[in-house]
Amino acid sequence: MDIKAYIILSLTLFTIGIIGVLIRRNAIIIFMCIELMLNAVNLLLVAFSKMHAASAVAKASPDFVGDAQIFVFFIMVVAAAEVSVGLAIIVMLYRNTHSVDVNFLNRLKN
Amino acid sequence: MSITTLIFYLLSVMAAGSAIMMLLSKNPVKSILWLIVVFFAISGHYVLLNAQFLAVVNIIVYAGAIMVLFLFVVMLMNLNAESEPAKNYRMQLIGIISGGSLLLILVSALMQMNAQQPVQMKIGDAGLIANLGKTLFTNYVVPFEISSVLFLSAMIGAVVIGKKD
Repeated sequence: MDIKAYIILSLTLFTIGIIGVLIRRNAIIIFMCIELMLNAVNLLLVAFSKMHAASAVAKASPDFVGDAQIFVFFIMVVAAAEVSVGLAIIVMLYRNTHSVDVNFLNRLKN
Repeated sequence: MSITTLIFYLLSVMAAGSAIMMLLSKNPVKSILWLIVVFFAISGHYVLLNAQFLAVVNIIVYAGAIMVLFLFVVMLMNLNAESEPAKNYRMQLIGIISGGSLLLILVSALMQMNAQQPVQMKIGDAGLIANLGKTLFTNYVVPFEISSVLFLSAMIGAVVIGKKD
């Protein structure tokens, strides 16, 4: 499979995430779209890692073939920590305003 | 068309279609379930690329832990009913047009590239658990330990933020 197919797939998923952040107003859905964008980037990193593994450079020095996948693993670690804090913020928001609509969150405007 | 190509296109359609369904469904619980389908499709892609460790971790961490956390929060808030009031169609149209033009520009820039770069599929042992674990505990042991501190601080932060004062 060509790398272009993976790039187009990742771009599609990333753009769907961006459109979701732009058009939805539920804070939880926006947060889920951010997770979708993170996953699109992860998929692209793994695809590039396998592209590098197929190249001649990797056959000369096979030390760094798995590094992108370690990177994806750390992205997942950071995403898990981020989700716990973000959901705690959304719960606190819901407790104060009884809504998760982001249009109500304009108190910092003035 | 080989079976690998077929599975690739099947998983791609599944991922993109489920992502669009996630945006279109009004019920937040249904959106979460569609997002879980997207994560399973991405895990299938990892299996296809022979990144088995990441496939398993993706299912355990994303579909298993993070999405269950989302489901718990949604059910805690009782958002099952229609929860998005009076939407603004003009803003939605603007969002879809700007996102679509971003995709168009990126894809057209990608199509300028002529070189064929094949991706190694179904073979390669860099993504197996043994090799990744060896790399993780030799070259990357310091970031690994730092990430445990990150988890601890995230846990404390979540408890402090979520506490009733």
